[in-house]
Amino acid sequence: MISQPVLQVRNVTKHFGAVKALTNVDFNLEKGEIHALCGENGAGKSTLMNIIAGVLQPNEGEILVDGTPTKIASPAAAQSLGIGLVHQEIALCPDATVAENMFMAATNRRRSPLMNYASLARDAQAVMNRLAPIDVRRKVADLSISSQQLVEIAKALTLDCRVLILDEPTAALTEAEAQALFGIIRDLKAAGISIIYISHRMAEIFSLCDRVTVFRDGRHVSTERIADVTPDDVVRRMVGREITQLYPPKQAQGEQSDEVILSVRGLGDGERIDGVGFELRKGEILGIGGLIGSGRTEIAEAICGLRRKVRGDVLLHGKKQTIGNYRNAVDAGIVYLSEDRKGSGVFVDMSIAQNISVLDLKTLTGPLGLMNAKAEADLARDFTRRLGVRMGGIAMPVSSLSGGNQQKVAIAKQLAVRPKVILMDEPTRGIDVGAKSEIHRLLRDLARSGIGIVVISSELPELLGLCDRVLVVREGGIAGELGEAEMTEEAVIRLASGVGPHGEPQKIKAAEHVA
Amino acid sequence: MAVDTVVATQVQVPAWRRIGTMREAGLIAIILALGVIMSFASPHFLTFGNMRAMLMSFSVEGIVVVGMTILLIVGGIDLAVGSVVCFAMVLAGSLFLAGVDPWTASLFGILASSLIGAIMGFFVTVVGLNHFITSLAAMVIVRGLCLVITKGTPLSLFTLPASFKAVGQGTFNGIPYVILIFVAVVVLFDFLLRRATAFRKVFYTGSNEKAALYSGIKTKQVKFWVTVLCSTLAGVAGVIYMSRFGAATPTFGVGMELNIIAAAVIGGASLNGGSGTIFGAILGMALLSVVTSSLILLDVSVYWQDMIKGCILLAAVSIDHFLHKRKAI
Repeated sequence: MISQPVLQVRNVTKHFGAVKALTNVDFNLEKGEIHALCGENGAGKSTLMNIIAGVLQPNEGEILVDGTPTKIASPAAAQSLGIGLVHQEIALCPDATVAENMFMAATNRRRSPLMNYASLARDAQAVMNRLAPIDVRRKVADLSISSQQLVEIAKALTLDCRVLILDEPTAALTEAEAQALFGIIRDLKAAGISIIYISHRMAEIFSLCDRVTVFRDGRHVSTERIADVTPDDVVRRMVGREITQLYPPKQAQGEQSDEVILSVRGLGDGERIDGVGFELRKGEILGIGGLIGSGRTEIAEAICGLRRKVRGDVLLHGKKQTIGNYRNAVDAGIVYLSEDRKGSGVFVDMSIAQNISVLDLKTLTGPLGLMNAKAEADLARDFTRRLGVRMGGIAMPVSSLSGGNQQKVAIAKQLAVRPKVILMDEPTRGIDVGAKSEIHRLLRDLARSGIGIVVISSELPELLGLCDRVLVVREGGIAGELGEAEMTEEAVIRLASGVGPHGEPQKIKAAEHVA
Repeated sequence: MAVDTVVATQVQVPAWRRIGTMREAGLIAIILALGVIMSFASPHFLTFGNMRAMLMSFSVEGIVVVGMTILLIVGGIDLAVGSVVCFAMVLAGSLFLAGVDPWTASLFGILASSLIGAIMGFFVTVVGLNHFITSLAAMVIVRGLCLVITKGTPLSLFTLPASFKAVGQGTFNGIPYVILIFVAVVVLFDFLLRRATAFRKVFYTGSNEKAALYSGIKTKQVKFWVTVLCSTLAGVAGVIYMSRFGAATPTFGVGMELNIIAAAVIGGASLNGGSGTIFGAILGMALLSVVTSSLILLDVSVYWQDMIKGCILLAAVSIDHFLHKRKAI
């Protein structure tokens, strides 16, 4: 590898408002190599790829293509430089045919004003046949998710690219489809095309790639030849810290209480979840883990009336609750913090005070139906002080805050109604490390003060580091419960994916799901 | 950190408020500047008569603007207001001609307008259509209804009793009742929008409907009642027009909705919901009115007026977009 790198990223920084997604990142891609990029969720991988593909612009730093500093102003500019990106999310036109979708970008670059559908279908089929036998005349909407993923990949293959970025391409593929894809990737490499391969699956990375780069918290950690490292090394660099240090101390032996705050029995919604039962004891933080789509969120929604439940009971301090809608849940003392903070958690363009008061309007309303402005301000001042929200003032819009402080406002909103139980869905998603541990400490303090805390999380380190007990959900039911002593990443993964306690393949799986 | 917080909370005028007041101060400055220029350009501009005529001209429409602004805040829009104004007028007028007492007839006109709002609200909240398309259909249907009721000819209502005509034509200590009603409606709703819990829910719903729903707010109810309110205020405007003109024309108010929406948007209401003030919207209305009056006094052909108003709207929205983009980053 003496030749000039095809692509060099130098000292790139990117921030979104107050949140730094990338800090002084370097990255080199040699000609004809397959370069793996690893990191936990939020490490900045996708941000960097979006910068390389022209979707985002860096705030600082430069990108060199073939040694020449180049500004990649748009996805079209990236394409004309020969950079193709296969997004993790599927971005296809559902009503168009597979062939039309595959050649969308290529069509955009054609000179001729007319479409030649016959040759389009012929060329598309030729490319598609290398991947899978999918009829290119079918509509994308009629295909399965895994086939759609293949179309997304085939789309990139139609471009004449020199650099191909694959962002978790095998996430939705079957084993056979993945193998076909690997064959193609090796062919592309042989043809001199450079590939950036983003994945969480160590097995794939180690069988396919030449070098591996690890990102953590928006920074470049290491770049090494794959032959020089082991999967364990990579995982350690991704996590990069002794997990226990970051989390507040757990419940001590003597602290445990037998008092049950919340108990759920035989909960089912008739579609996604069934037979869910568990108990939440005073003073503990109960974690709920499981794969995305396993029904974790649905359980929380069913408990607090955001989802219709057809079976089962919810008991608070031993008393059965009738919860028909979310208002009932709030009145009973159960609140839910949604995983989608901007989408359904906070009102970004409204003030901090107005956000904190939203659940508590009734007590803040005077006899004439008017808001008590002073009481509202007092409430907001009280909670922002207690939670340490860093802000310009309670009348500032939530959009002026960083992600971590926005989340604190969302939590303050829940605390304002003095709940007995808080269900938190992904409480630290998209939040930087410092704010994360502040929120973890806050949750621990709340638990200690007697509020029942349930944390749903996709991040295994968070589940294991924060919670006193973890329930693992699989296919809409509780697959198992892990006490303090049994809580390991491997145990959670085994329960979540339904594999037995023996066998080598599972071990690799545990590593690949760390993020 | 604690120190930061204490210092920061002492900031008296919050930034989002400043942006709001900046917009209103800007509008006032533009209106005043236009006024000063016009007072030199035309001797008739700064006369009491012209001022009163301008105020009269937007007072009744101003009542509709109030309803539209609240509807925009909740994230809706109503293209049917012009038709509903006309409908209330025509219905009350024909009931009067059929022998009903004019006050009772007006009440029926207003209630019928509320009913139209309720029907639109039903399609929006229960059926699940959006406000734009629902009110577009209502605009055409209600206009058709006006033509059916009147058989296409204007109703002459010169027999209206003087006591009723006084609402639209009379004065109290020299101030027209119309202006008094307008000011009362503006002050009332501006106050409610700032202070009443029910109207706070309008902001929550418009700002982030899902978050509002997850906070236990019955967002569909909120949207329904705001839709009804907007139509009701249009109905009120309709009967005031009837009293003022002593006539009911089935083509009255065509294109009014555009003027109303433009005024609210110039005044700071967002078509995405979640923001807007009554005061701002009224200033938007005043600006459009001053511009119209100026163009007339300057003998500019009426054909130019719509073009110029359209440009003002585009400028206001562009500035808004620019400010919003800056805020987002």
